[in-house]
Amino acid sequence: MVEAVLQPGGDAATALYIVAFSLFIIGVRRGTHPTTAKQGNLIAAVGMAVAVVATLLLDGIGNWGLIALGLGVGTAVGVIASVRVQMTEMPQMVALYNGVGGGAVALIAWSEIRHGISLGHEIPLDELIPVLFAAVVGSVSFWGSNIAFAKLQDLIPTRPLAVPGQQVINALLLVGILAACVNVAVNNDDPSQAIFIATLIAAGLLGNLVVLPIGGADMPVVISLLNAFTGLSAAAAGFALDNVALIVAGTLVGSSGTILTMEMATAMNRSVANVLFAGFGGAPSGGGGGSAEERPHVSIGAQDAAIKLAYADSVVIVPGYGLAVAQAQHAIKEVGDELEKRGVTVNYAIHPVAGRMPGHMNVLLAEADVPYEQLKEMEEINPEMPRTDVAVVVGANDVTNPAAKNDPDSPIAGMPIIEVDEAQQVIVIKRSLSPGFAGIDNDLFYEPNTSMLFADAKQAAADIAAEIQNL
Amino acid sequence: MSLMTEITIFVLAAFVGFEVISKVPTTLHTPLMSQTNAIHGIVMLGGLIVVGFADDGLEYAIGTIAIAFGAINIVGGFMVTDRMLGMFSRKPKPKADADGKGGA
Repeated sequence: MVEAVLQPGGDAATALYIVAFSLFIIGVRRGTHPTTAKQGNLIAAVGMAVAVVATLLLDGIGNWGLIALGLGVGTAVGVIASVRVQMTEMPQMVALYNGVGGGAVALIAWSEIRHGISLGHEIPLDELIPVLFAAVVGSVSFWGSNIAFAKLQDLIPTRPLAVPGQQVINALLLVGILAACVNVAVNNDDPSQAIFIATLIAAGLLGNLVVLPIGGADMPVVISLLNAFTGLSAAAAGFALDNVALIVAGTLVGSSGTILTMEMATAMNRSVANVLFAGFGGAPSGGGGGSAEERPHVSIGAQDAAIKLAYADSVVIVPGYGLAVAQAQHAIKEVGDELEKRGVTVNYAIHPVAGRMPGHMNVLLAEADVPYEQLKEMEEINPEMPRTDVAVVVGANDVTNPAAKNDPDSPIAGMPIIEVDEAQQVIVIKRSLSPGFAGIDNDLFYEPNTSMLFADAKQAAADIAAEIQNL
Repeated sequence: MSLMTEITIFVLAAFVGFEVISKVPTTLHTPLMSQTNAIHGIVMLGGLIVVGFADDGLEYAIGTIAIAFGAINIVGGFMVTDRMLGMFSRKPKPKADADGKGGA
Protein backbone atom coordinates (compact mmCIF):
# COMPACT_ATOMS: atom_id res chain seq x y z
CA MET A 1 0.00 0.00 0.00
CA VAL A 2 1.28 3.44 -0.90
CA GLU A 3 1.55 6.14 1.69
CA ALA A 4 -0.55 9.25 1.22
CA VAL A 5 1.45 12.36 0.42
CA LEU A 6 -0.16 14.97 2.60
CA GLN A 7 -3.46 14.04 4.14
CA PRO A 8 -3.33 14.97 7.78
CA GLY A 9 -6.39 15.03 9.99
CA GLY A 10 -8.22 12.96 12.52
CA ASP A 11 -11.81 12.45 13.59
CA ALA A 12 -11.83 15.71 15.55
CA ALA A 13 -10.83 17.76 12.52
CA THR A 14 -13.29 15.92 10.28
CA ALA A 15 -16.09 16.51 12.80
CA LEU A 16 -15.37 20.22 12.73
CA TYR A 17 -15.27 20.15 8.93
CA ILE A 18 -18.72 18.57 8.94
CA VAL A 19 -19.96 21.39 11.17
CA ALA A 20 -18.37 23.88 8.75
CA PHE A 21 -19.97 22.57 5.57
CA SER A 22 -23.35 22.23 7.30
CA LEU A 23 -23.11 25.91 8.15
CA PHE A 24 -22.28 26.68 4.49
CA ILE A 25 -25.39 24.86 3.31
CA ILE A 26 -27.58 26.53 5.93
CA GLY A 27 -26.02 29.86 4.99
CA VAL A 28 -26.79 29.50 1.29
CA ARG A 29 -30.27 28.17 2.14
CA ARG A 30 -30.96 31.41 4.04
CA GLY A 31 -29.93 33.34 0.95
CA THR A 32 -33.28 32.61 -0.66
CA HIS A 33 -34.92 35.68 0.82
CA PRO A 34 -33.56 39.21 1.31
CA THR A 35 -34.63 39.35 4.94
CA THR A 36 -32.67 36.24 5.94
CA ALA A 37 -29.82 36.44 3.44
CA LYS A 38 -27.61 38.72 5.53
CA GLN A 39 -27.86 36.33 8.45
CA GLY A 40 -27.17 33.43 6.08
CA ASN A 41 -23.98 35.08 4.91
CA LEU A 42 -22.89 35.47 8.53
CA ILE A 43 -23.62 31.78 9.20
CA ALA A 44 -21.50 30.76 6.22
CA ALA A 45 -18.70 33.02 7.45
CA VAL A 46 -18.84 31.35 10.86
CA GLY A 47 -18.59 28.01 9.07
CA MET A 48 -15.45 29.24 7.38
CA ALA A 49 -13.96 30.30 10.71
CA VAL A 50 -14.69 26.84 12.13
CA ALA A 51 -12.96 25.19 9.17
CA VAL A 52 -9.90 27.41 9.49
CA VAL A 53 -9.59 26.81 13.24
CA ALA A 54 -10.00 23.05 12.73
CA THR A 55 -7.12 23.12 10.27
CA LEU A 56 -4.86 25.19 12.52
CA LEU A 57 -5.45 22.65 15.31
CA LEU A 58 -4.14 19.76 13.17
CA ASP A 59 -1.37 17.78 14.81
CA GLY A 60 2.11 18.86 13.83
CA ILE A 61 1.23 22.02 11.95
CA GLY A 62 4.00 24.59 12.14
CA ASN A 63 5.52 27.63 10.47
CA TRP A 64 3.15 29.90 12.36
CA GLY A 65 4.98 33.03 11.27
CA LEU A 66 4.32 32.37 7.59
CA ILE A 67 0.72 31.38 8.25
CA ALA A 68 0.18 34.63 10.15
CA LEU A 69 1.86 36.58 7.35
CA GLY A 70 -0.36 35.05 4.65
CA LEU A 71 -3.52 35.48 6.72
CA GLY A 72 -2.61 39.04 7.69
CA VAL A 73 -1.80 40.27 4.19
CA GLY A 74 -4.81 38.53 2.63
CA THR A 75 -7.23 39.79 5.27
CA ALA A 76 -5.95 43.36 4.97
CA VAL A 77 -6.29 43.37 1.18
CA GLY A 78 -9.72 41.72 1.37
CA VAL A 79 -11.04 44.21 3.92
CA ILE A 80 -9.75 47.29 2.12
CA ALA A 81 -10.99 46.13 -1.28
CA SER A 82 -14.45 45.20 -0.04
CA VAL A 83 -14.97 48.47 1.82
CA ARG A 84 -13.84 50.63 -1.10
CA VAL A 85 -15.57 48.90 -3.99
CA GLN A 86 -18.51 50.68 -5.66
CA MET A 87 -21.64 48.65 -6.33
CA THR A 88 -21.22 49.23 -10.07
CA GLU A 89 -17.77 47.64 -9.79
CA MET A 90 -19.11 44.51 -8.12
CA PRO A 91 -18.68 42.23 -11.18
CA GLN A 92 -14.96 42.91 -11.44
CA MET A 93 -14.57 42.54 -7.68
CA VAL A 94 -16.19 39.10 -7.82
CA ALA A 95 -14.01 38.24 -10.83
CA LEU A 96 -10.91 39.25 -8.89
CA TYR A 97 -11.84 37.29 -5.75
CA ASN A 98 -12.67 34.33 -7.97
CA GLY A 99 -9.29 34.65 -9.65
CA VAL A 100 -7.29 34.65 -6.43
CA GLY A 101 -9.28 31.62 -5.30
CA GLY A 102 -8.35 29.78 -8.49
CA GLY A 103 -4.75 30.94 -8.10
CA ALA A 104 -4.63 29.53 -4.58
CA VAL A 105 -5.88 26.16 -5.88
CA ALA A 106 -3.21 26.06 -8.61
CA LEU A 107 -0.45 26.96 -6.13
CA ILE A 108 -1.59 24.32 -3.65
CA ALA A 109 -1.62 21.72 -6.42
CA TRP A 110 1.93 22.68 -7.38
CA SER A 111 3.00 22.38 -3.79
CA GLU A 112 1.39 18.94 -3.51
CA ILE A 113 3.29 17.71 -6.55
CA ARG A 114 6.59 19.05 -5.20
CA HIS A 115 5.92 17.43 -1.87
CA GLY A 116 5.07 14.15 -3.57
CA ILE A 117 8.24 14.22 -5.64
CA SER A 118 10.40 15.07 -2.60
CA LEU A 119 9.09 12.01 -0.74
CA GLY A 120 10.61 9.95 -3.55
CA HIS A 121 7.96 7.26 -3.76
CA GLU A 122 5.03 6.62 -6.03
CA ILE A 123 2.17 9.14 -5.74
CA PRO A 124 -1.18 7.28 -5.69
CA LEU A 125 -3.27 8.11 -8.77
CA ASP A 126 -6.42 8.86 -6.77
CA GLU A 127 -4.40 11.72 -5.33
CA LEU A 128 -2.41 12.70 -8.40
CA ILE A 129 -5.31 12.96 -10.85
CA PRO A 130 -7.32 15.37 -8.67
CA VAL A 131 -4.15 17.42 -8.17
CA LEU A 132 -3.68 17.70 -11.92
CA PHE A 133 -7.34 18.62 -12.41
CA ALA A 134 -7.10 21.24 -9.66
CA ALA A 135 -3.90 22.65 -11.16
CA VAL A 136 -5.28 23.01 -14.69
CA VAL A 137 -8.74 24.32 -13.79
CA GLY A 138 -7.35 26.57 -11.05
CA SER A 139 -4.86 28.10 -13.45
CA VAL A 140 -7.46 28.61 -16.20
CA SER A 141 -9.72 30.21 -13.61
CA PHE A 142 -7.00 32.50 -12.24
CA TRP A 143 -5.93 33.88 -15.60
CA GLY A 144 -9.41 33.89 -17.10
CA SER A 145 -10.75 35.83 -14.11
CA ASN A 146 -7.89 38.30 -14.33
CA ILE A 147 -8.74 39.03 -17.94
CA ALA A 148 -12.42 39.34 -17.03
CA PHE A 149 -11.42 41.76 -14.25
CA ALA A 150 -9.24 43.80 -16.60
CA LYS A 151 -12.05 44.01 -19.15
CA LEU A 152 -14.66 45.03 -16.62
CA GLN A 153 -12.30 47.57 -15.06
CA ASP A 154 -11.61 48.98 -18.58
CA LEU A 155 -7.93 48.21 -18.25
CA ILE A 156 -8.16 46.45 -21.61
CA PRO A 157 -10.80 46.98 -24.31
CA THR A 158 -14.11 45.28 -23.55
CA ARG A 159 -14.76 44.59 -27.23
CA PRO A 160 -13.86 41.07 -28.28
CA LEU A 161 -10.15 40.70 -29.00
CA ALA A 162 -9.47 37.82 -31.30
CA VAL A 163 -6.17 36.40 -32.49
CA PRO A 164 -6.22 34.84 -35.97
CA GLY A 165 -6.51 31.09 -35.78
CA GLN A 166 -7.65 31.39 -32.19
CA GLN A 167 -9.75 28.22 -32.17
CA VAL A 168 -6.84 26.17 -33.49
CA ILE A 169 -4.45 27.59 -30.89
CA ASN A 170 -6.94 26.89 -28.10
CA ALA A 171 -7.48 23.33 -29.31
CA LEU A 172 -3.73 22.69 -29.54
CA LEU A 173 -3.21 24.11 -26.04
CA LEU A 174 -5.94 21.88 -24.66
CA VAL A 175 -4.50 18.78 -26.32
CA GLY A 176 -1.03 19.71 -25.06
CA ILE A 177 -2.32 20.17 -21.51
CA LEU A 178 -4.08 16.79 -21.58
CA ALA A 179 -0.98 15.09 -22.97
CA ALA A 180 1.21 16.64 -20.29
CA CYS A 181 -1.23 15.54 -17.57
CA VAL A 182 -1.22 11.99 -18.91
CA ASN A 183 2.58 12.07 -18.94
CA VAL A 184 2.70 13.15 -15.29
CA ALA A 185 0.08 10.57 -14.27
CA VAL A 186 1.75 7.68 -16.10
CA ASN A 187 5.10 8.47 -14.52
CA ASN A 188 3.59 8.72 -11.07
CA ASP A 189 6.60 7.05 -9.44
CA ASP A 190 8.75 10.02 -10.43
CA PRO A 191 6.74 12.76 -12.19
CA SER A 192 8.57 15.61 -13.90
CA GLN A 193 8.09 18.91 -12.13
CA ALA A 194 9.11 20.77 -15.28
CA ILE A 195 6.28 19.21 -17.27
CA PHE A 196 3.88 20.03 -14.46
CA ILE A 197 4.94 23.69 -14.45
CA ALA A 198 4.60 23.78 -18.25
CA THR A 199 1.05 22.47 -17.78
CA LEU A 200 0.26 25.28 -15.34
CA ILE A 201 1.59 27.87 -17.80
CA ALA A 202 -0.29 26.37 -20.76
CA ALA A 203 -3.49 26.32 -18.71
CA GLY A 204 -2.93 29.97 -17.80
CA LEU A 205 -2.45 30.85 -21.46
CA LEU A 206 -5.65 28.99 -22.33
CA GLY A 207 -7.54 30.95 -19.65
CA ASN A 208 -6.30 34.19 -21.19
CA LEU A 209 -7.12 33.19 -24.76
CA VAL A 210 -10.60 31.89 -23.97
CA VAL A 211 -11.73 35.04 -22.15
CA LEU A 212 -10.02 37.70 -24.32
CA PRO A 213 -12.35 37.29 -27.31
CA ILE A 214 -15.49 37.54 -25.17
CA GLY A 215 -17.35 40.86 -25.30
CA GLY A 216 -18.36 42.91 -22.25
CA ALA A 217 -22.06 42.04 -22.47
CA ASP A 218 -21.32 38.31 -22.26
CA MET A 219 -19.60 38.77 -18.93
CA PRO A 220 -22.52 37.43 -16.84
CA VAL A 221 -22.01 34.03 -18.46
CA VAL A 222 -18.23 34.12 -18.20
CA ILE A 223 -18.13 35.15 -14.55
CA SER A 224 -20.64 32.45 -13.60
CA LEU A 225 -18.66 29.84 -15.51
CA LEU A 226 -15.33 30.82 -13.95
CA ASN A 227 -17.00 30.72 -10.54
CA ALA A 228 -18.14 27.15 -11.25
CA PHE A 229 -14.61 26.25 -12.39
CA THR A 230 -12.96 27.55 -9.24
CA GLY A 231 -15.50 25.66 -7.14
CA LEU A 232 -14.80 22.41 -8.95
CA SER A 233 -11.04 22.91 -8.69
CA ALA A 234 -11.44 23.44 -4.93
CA ALA A 235 -13.42 20.19 -4.74
CA ALA A 236 -10.62 18.44 -6.64
CA ALA A 237 -8.10 19.82 -4.15
CA GLY A 238 -10.33 18.30 -1.47
CA PHE A 239 -10.02 14.88 -3.11
CA ALA A 240 -6.24 15.23 -3.13
CA LEU A 241 -6.02 16.42 0.47
CA ASP A 242 -8.70 14.00 1.68
CA ASN A 243 -10.52 17.00 3.07
CA VAL A 244 -14.31 16.68 3.30
CA ALA A 245 -14.86 20.42 3.87
CA LEU A 246 -13.13 21.26 0.61
CA ILE A 247 -15.08 18.61 -1.31
CA VAL A 248 -18.50 19.74 -0.10
CA ALA A 249 -17.84 23.49 -0.25
CA GLY A 250 -16.19 23.27 -3.67
CA THR A 251 -19.04 21.18 -5.05
CA LEU A 252 -21.62 23.60 -3.65
CA VAL A 253 -19.92 26.44 -5.49
CA GLY A 254 -19.61 24.30 -8.62
CA SER A 255 -23.39 23.68 -8.57
CA SER A 256 -24.20 27.32 -8.00
CA GLY A 257 -21.90 28.48 -10.79
CA THR A 258 -23.32 25.88 -13.15
CA ILE A 259 -26.93 26.85 -12.46
CA LEU A 260 -26.20 30.54 -12.92
CA THR A 261 -24.23 29.90 -16.12
CA MET A 262 -27.11 27.95 -17.61
CA GLU A 263 -29.67 30.56 -16.53
CA MET A 264 -27.65 33.39 -18.04
CA ALA A 265 -27.14 31.51 -21.31
CA THR A 266 -30.87 30.72 -21.49
CA ALA A 267 -31.73 34.37 -20.88
CA MET A 268 -29.54 35.33 -23.83
CA ASN A 269 -30.95 32.49 -25.92
CA ARG A 270 -27.45 31.18 -26.61
CA SER A 271 -25.56 28.08 -25.63
CA VAL A 272 -22.58 28.35 -23.31
CA ALA A 273 -20.36 27.01 -26.10
CA ASN A 274 -21.62 29.76 -28.37
CA VAL A 275 -20.70 32.44 -25.81
CA LEU A 276 -17.23 30.98 -25.33
CA PHE A 277 -16.26 30.22 -28.88
CA ALA A 278 -18.37 32.19 -31.33
CA GLY A 279 -16.94 35.66 -30.74
CA PHE A 280 -20.53 36.91 -31.06
CA GLY A 281 -20.80 40.69 -31.13
CA GLY A 282 -17.34 40.93 -32.57
CA ALA A 283 -18.70 41.51 -36.05
CA PRO A 284 -19.08 45.19 -36.90
CA SER A 285 -22.70 46.24 -36.67
CA GLY A 286 -22.68 48.12 -40.00
CA GLY A 287 -25.28 46.02 -41.78
CA GLY A 288 -28.34 47.06 -39.83
CA GLY A 289 -27.06 50.51 -38.99
CA GLY A 290 -27.08 51.91 -42.52
CA SER A 291 -30.75 51.48 -43.23
CA ALA A 292 -31.67 52.49 -39.68
CA GLU A 293 -31.02 56.16 -40.38
CA GLU A 294 -33.89 56.34 -42.82
CA ARG A 295 -36.60 54.80 -40.67
CA PRO A 296 -38.89 57.37 -39.07
CA HIS A 297 -38.89 57.75 -35.31
CA VAL A 298 -40.25 60.18 -32.75
CA SER A 299 -37.76 62.18 -30.73
CA ILE A 300 -38.76 64.05 -27.55
CA GLY A 301 -37.12 66.11 -24.80
CA ALA A 302 -37.04 65.75 -21.04
CA GLN A 303 -40.04 68.03 -20.57
CA ASP A 304 -42.30 65.99 -22.85
CA ALA A 305 -41.15 62.82 -21.17
CA ALA A 306 -41.91 64.31 -17.75
CA ILE A 307 -45.44 65.21 -18.84
CA LYS A 308 -46.12 61.72 -20.22
CA LEU A 309 -44.88 60.15 -17.00
CA ALA A 310 -46.51 62.51 -14.54
CA TYR A 311 -50.00 61.99 -15.97
CA ALA A 312 -49.74 58.22 -16.17
CA ASP A 313 -51.30 55.82 -13.67
CA SER A 314 -48.66 53.14 -13.90
CA VAL A 315 -45.06 53.32 -15.05
CA VAL A 316 -42.59 50.51 -15.56
CA ILE A 317 -38.89 51.36 -15.66
CA VAL A 318 -36.70 48.94 -17.64
CA PRO A 319 -33.06 49.47 -16.69
CA GLY A 320 -30.23 47.91 -18.69
CA TYR A 321 -26.51 47.72 -18.97
CA GLY A 322 -26.34 51.38 -20.12
CA LEU A 323 -27.79 52.51 -16.79
CA ALA A 324 -24.99 50.76 -14.94
CA VAL A 325 -22.38 52.31 -17.22
CA ALA A 326 -23.85 55.80 -16.75
CA GLN A 327 -24.17 55.20 -12.97
CA ALA A 328 -27.72 56.48 -13.35
CA GLN A 329 -29.35 54.29 -10.68
CA HIS A 330 -29.76 57.12 -8.13
CA ALA A 331 -31.09 59.56 -10.73
CA ILE A 332 -33.64 57.00 -11.94
CA LYS A 333 -34.76 56.32 -8.40
CA GLU A 334 -35.37 60.06 -8.04
CA VAL A 335 -37.67 60.00 -11.07
CA GLY A 336 -39.48 57.06 -9.45
CA ASP A 337 -39.84 59.00 -6.18
CA GLU A 338 -41.20 62.10 -7.91
CA LEU A 339 -43.74 59.96 -9.74
CA GLU A 340 -44.82 58.17 -6.60
CA LYS A 341 -45.38 61.51 -4.88
CA ARG A 342 -47.91 62.20 -7.60
CA GLY A 343 -49.62 58.86 -7.01
CA VAL A 344 -48.17 57.03 -10.01
CA THR A 345 -47.49 53.31 -9.51
CA VAL A 346 -43.82 52.65 -10.31
CA ASN A 347 -42.23 49.25 -10.89
CA TYR A 348 -38.86 48.16 -12.20
CA ALA A 349 -38.66 45.35 -14.76
CA ILE A 350 -35.38 43.50 -14.65
CA HIS A 351 -34.21 41.20 -17.39
CA PRO A 352 -32.06 38.29 -16.14
CA VAL A 353 -28.97 39.53 -17.98
CA ALA A 354 -29.34 43.24 -17.21
CA GLY A 355 -25.99 44.41 -15.88
CA ARG A 356 -22.67 42.65 -15.99
CA MET A 357 -23.26 39.71 -13.72
CA PRO A 358 -26.33 37.72 -12.69
CA GLY A 359 -28.62 39.93 -10.62
CA HIS A 360 -26.30 42.93 -10.86
CA MET A 361 -29.09 45.39 -11.70
CA ASN A 362 -31.00 44.40 -8.58
CA VAL A 363 -28.00 45.28 -6.45
CA LEU A 364 -27.60 48.66 -8.14
CA LEU A 365 -31.25 49.53 -7.63
CA ALA A 366 -31.16 48.24 -4.06
CA GLU A 367 -28.18 50.53 -3.51
CA ALA A 368 -30.34 53.42 -4.71
CA ASP A 369 -32.94 52.37 -2.09
CA VAL A 370 -35.53 51.00 -4.50
CA PRO A 371 -37.70 48.69 -2.35
CA TYR A 372 -37.29 44.98 -3.03
CA GLU A 373 -41.01 44.65 -3.77
CA GLN A 374 -40.76 47.02 -6.74
CA LEU A 375 -38.08 44.93 -8.46
CA LYS A 376 -40.03 42.69 -10.82
CA GLU A 377 -38.65 39.75 -12.71
CA MET A 378 -39.36 39.39 -16.40
CA GLU A 379 -42.01 36.65 -16.09
CA GLU A 380 -43.79 38.67 -13.43
CA ILE A 381 -43.95 41.99 -15.28
CA ASN A 382 -44.72 40.88 -18.83
CA PRO A 383 -48.40 40.07 -18.16
CA GLU A 384 -48.73 43.56 -16.62
CA MET A 385 -47.38 45.35 -19.68
CA PRO A 386 -50.69 45.84 -21.56
CA ARG A 387 -52.04 47.59 -18.45
CA THR A 388 -48.98 49.83 -18.18
CA ASP A 389 -49.34 53.43 -19.33
CA VAL A 390 -45.68 54.23 -19.90
CA ALA A 391 -42.66 51.96 -20.06
CA VAL A 392 -39.31 53.74 -19.70
CA VAL A 393 -36.35 51.92 -21.19
CA VAL A 394 -33.06 53.20 -19.77
CA GLY A 395 -29.85 51.94 -21.31
CA ALA A 396 -31.41 48.63 -22.35
CA ASN A 397 -31.72 47.58 -25.97
CA ASP A 398 -31.71 44.00 -27.20
CA VAL A 399 -33.70 42.72 -24.21
CA THR A 400 -36.65 44.90 -25.33
CA ASN A 401 -36.46 44.17 -29.06
CA PRO A 402 -39.83 42.82 -30.24
CA ALA A 403 -38.04 41.13 -33.16
CA ALA A 404 -37.14 38.39 -30.69
CA LYS A 405 -40.76 37.19 -30.74
CA ASN A 406 -42.02 38.60 -34.06
CA ASP A 407 -39.22 37.84 -36.51
CA PRO A 408 -38.18 34.18 -36.68
CA ASP A 409 -35.18 35.13 -38.86
CA SER A 410 -33.74 37.58 -36.32
CA PRO A 411 -30.44 36.56 -34.69
CA ILE A 412 -32.12 37.01 -31.31
CA ALA A 413 -35.30 35.13 -32.27
CA GLY A 414 -36.66 33.27 -29.26
CA MET A 415 -34.69 35.28 -26.71
CA PRO A 416 -36.94 36.09 -23.76
CA ILE A 417 -37.59 39.85 -23.72
CA ILE A 418 -39.35 42.39 -21.57
CA GLU A 419 -42.41 43.13 -23.66
CA VAL A 420 -42.40 46.92 -23.46
CA ASP A 421 -44.00 47.11 -26.90
CA GLU A 422 -47.21 45.90 -25.23
CA ALA A 423 -47.33 49.02 -23.04
CA GLN A 424 -49.52 51.99 -24.08
CA GLN A 425 -46.50 54.22 -24.58
CA VAL A 426 -42.77 53.69 -24.50
CA ILE A 427 -39.99 56.18 -23.77
CA VAL A 428 -36.50 55.02 -24.67
CA ILE A 429 -33.61 56.94 -23.09
CA LYS A 430 -30.54 56.27 -25.19
CA ARG A 431 -27.62 58.16 -26.67
CA SER A 432 -28.41 57.29 -30.29
CA LEU A 433 -30.28 54.83 -32.49
CA SER A 434 -27.20 52.62 -32.69
CA PRO A 435 -27.80 48.89 -32.40
CA GLY A 436 -27.11 47.06 -29.16
CA PHE A 437 -24.73 44.27 -28.42
CA ALA A 438 -26.39 41.85 -30.82
CA GLY A 439 -25.58 44.28 -33.62
CA ILE A 440 -29.14 44.42 -34.91
CA ASP A 441 -31.64 47.22 -35.26
CA ASN A 442 -34.29 47.48 -32.55
CA ASP A 443 -37.78 47.63 -34.11
CA LEU A 444 -39.07 49.09 -30.87
CA PHE A 445 -37.50 52.47 -31.69
CA TYR A 446 -39.70 52.88 -34.77
CA GLU A 447 -43.03 51.84 -33.27
CA PRO A 448 -45.62 54.65 -33.45
CA ASN A 449 -46.09 54.64 -29.67
CA THR A 450 -42.36 54.87 -28.94
CA SER A 451 -40.63 58.17 -28.16
CA MET A 452 -36.87 58.43 -28.20
CA LEU A 453 -35.07 60.67 -25.72
CA PHE A 454 -31.51 61.02 -26.94
CA ALA A 455 -29.28 61.75 -23.95
CA ASP A 456 -26.94 60.35 -21.36
CA ALA A 457 -29.02 58.19 -19.02
CA LYS A 458 -27.94 59.98 -15.83
CA GLN A 459 -28.44 63.49 -17.24
CA ALA A 460 -31.78 62.59 -18.79
CA ALA A 461 -33.08 61.06 -15.56
CA ALA A 462 -32.00 64.11 -13.55
CA ASP A 463 -33.68 66.44 -16.09
CA ILE A 464 -36.92 64.45 -16.08
CA ALA A 465 -37.03 64.43 -12.27
CA ALA A 466 -36.55 68.21 -12.24
CA GLU A 467 -39.24 68.72 -14.89
CA ILE A 468 -41.74 66.58 -12.98
CA GLN A 469 -41.10 68.69 -9.89
CA ASN A 470 -41.85 71.85 -11.89
CA LEU A 471 -45.15 70.60 -13.27
CA MET B 1 -11.26 8.11 3.27
CA SER B 2 -11.60 5.87 0.23
CA LEU B 3 -11.99 7.32 -3.25
CA MET B 4 -15.50 5.86 -3.49
CA THR B 5 -16.51 7.56 -0.23
CA GLU B 6 -15.20 10.82 -1.59
CA ILE B 7 -17.10 10.42 -4.84
CA THR B 8 -20.27 9.64 -2.86
CA ILE B 9 -19.83 12.85 -0.90
CA PHE B 10 -19.18 14.76 -4.12
CA VAL B 11 -22.31 13.50 -5.85
CA LEU B 12 -24.55 14.08 -2.82
CA ALA B 13 -23.12 17.57 -2.38
CA ALA B 14 -23.81 18.34 -6.03
CA PHE B 15 -27.47 17.38 -5.58
CA VAL B 16 -27.78 19.41 -2.39
CA GLY B 17 -26.16 22.35 -4.18
CA PHE B 18 -28.55 22.20 -7.12
CA GLU B 19 -31.57 21.88 -4.80
CA VAL B 20 -30.63 24.74 -2.50
CA ILE B 21 -29.34 27.14 -5.09
CA SER B 22 -32.16 26.78 -7.58
CA LYS B 23 -34.42 28.25 -4.86
CA VAL B 24 -32.51 31.54 -4.77
CA PRO B 25 -34.48 34.26 -6.63
CA THR B 26 -32.89 36.12 -9.55
CA THR B 27 -32.86 39.31 -7.51
CA LEU B 28 -30.33 37.81 -5.12
CA HIS B 29 -28.07 36.20 -7.70
CA THR B 30 -25.23 38.69 -7.33
CA PRO B 31 -24.97 38.29 -3.54
CA LEU B 32 -25.36 34.52 -4.00
CA MET B 33 -22.50 34.42 -6.42
CA SER B 34 -20.39 36.61 -4.19
CA GLN B 35 -21.17 34.42 -1.17
CA THR B 36 -20.44 31.11 -2.90
CA ASN B 37 -17.33 32.81 -4.24
CA ALA B 38 -16.26 33.46 -0.65
CA ILE B 39 -17.04 29.84 0.23
CA HIS B 40 -14.63 28.45 -2.36
CA GLY B 41 -11.97 30.47 -0.56
CA ILE B 42 -11.97 27.38 1.65
CA VAL B 43 -9.06 26.21 -0.52
CA MET B 44 -7.07 28.36 1.88
CA LEU B 45 -7.17 25.30 4.17
CA GLY B 46 -4.97 23.60 1.59
CA GLY B 47 -2.55 26.50 1.84
CA LEU B 48 -2.52 26.23 5.63
CA ILE B 49 -1.74 22.52 5.41
CA VAL B 50 0.98 23.07 2.82
CA VAL B 51 2.72 25.79 4.82
CA GLY B 52 2.10 24.04 8.12
CA PHE B 53 3.98 20.97 6.97
CA ALA B 54 6.42 22.57 4.48
CA ASP B 55 10.17 22.20 4.77
CA ASP B 56 11.69 24.01 1.83
CA GLY B 57 11.95 27.60 0.73
CA LEU B 58 9.88 27.47 -2.44
CA GLU B 59 7.09 25.63 -0.67
CA TYR B 60 7.06 28.30 2.03
CA ALA B 61 6.68 30.95 -0.65
CA ILE B 62 4.03 29.12 -2.70
CA GLY B 63 2.03 28.22 0.39
CA THR B 64 2.15 31.68 1.91
CA ILE B 65 0.95 33.26 -1.33
CA ALA B 66 -1.81 30.63 -1.50
CA ILE B 67 -2.89 31.53 2.06
CA ALA B 68 -2.90 35.24 1.20
CA PHE B 69 -4.94 34.59 -1.97
CA GLY B 70 -7.36 32.42 -0.05
CA ALA B 71 -7.73 35.00 2.71
CA ILE B 72 -8.47 37.76 0.18
CA ASN B 73 -11.07 35.47 -1.35
CA ILE B 74 -12.71 34.61 1.99
CA VAL B 75 -12.58 37.93 3.83
CA GLY B 76 -13.30 40.10 0.80
CA GLY B 77 -16.05 37.77 -0.42
CA PHE B 78 -18.00 37.62 2.83
CA MET B 79 -17.62 41.33 3.57
CA VAL B 80 -18.71 42.45 0.13
CA THR B 81 -21.71 40.09 0.28
CA ASP B 82 -22.61 41.56 3.65
CA ARG B 83 -22.46 45.08 2.20
CA MET B 84 -24.69 44.12 -0.71
CA LEU B 85 -27.25 42.31 1.41
CA GLY B 86 -27.34 45.28 3.76
CA MET B 87 -28.78 47.25 0.86
CA PHE B 88 -31.59 44.78 0.39
CA SER B 89 -32.52 44.46 4.02
CA ARG B 90 -32.30 48.06 5.19
CA LYS B 91 -35.33 49.11 3.14
CA PRO B 92 -37.91 49.63 5.90
CA LYS B 93 -35.39 51.14 8.27
CA PRO B 94 -34.81 54.64 6.84
CA LYS B 95 -38.50 55.42 7.32
CA ALA B 96 -38.50 54.01 10.83
CA ASP B 97 -35.39 56.04 11.64
CA ALA B 98 -36.91 59.18 10.20
CA ASP B 99 -40.06 58.62 12.25
CA GLY B 100 -37.98 58.06 15.34
CA LYS B 101 -36.09 61.29 14.82
CA GLY B 102 -39.32 63.12 14.05
CA GLY B 103 -40.80 61.97 17.35
CA ALA B 104 -37.75 62.88 19.41
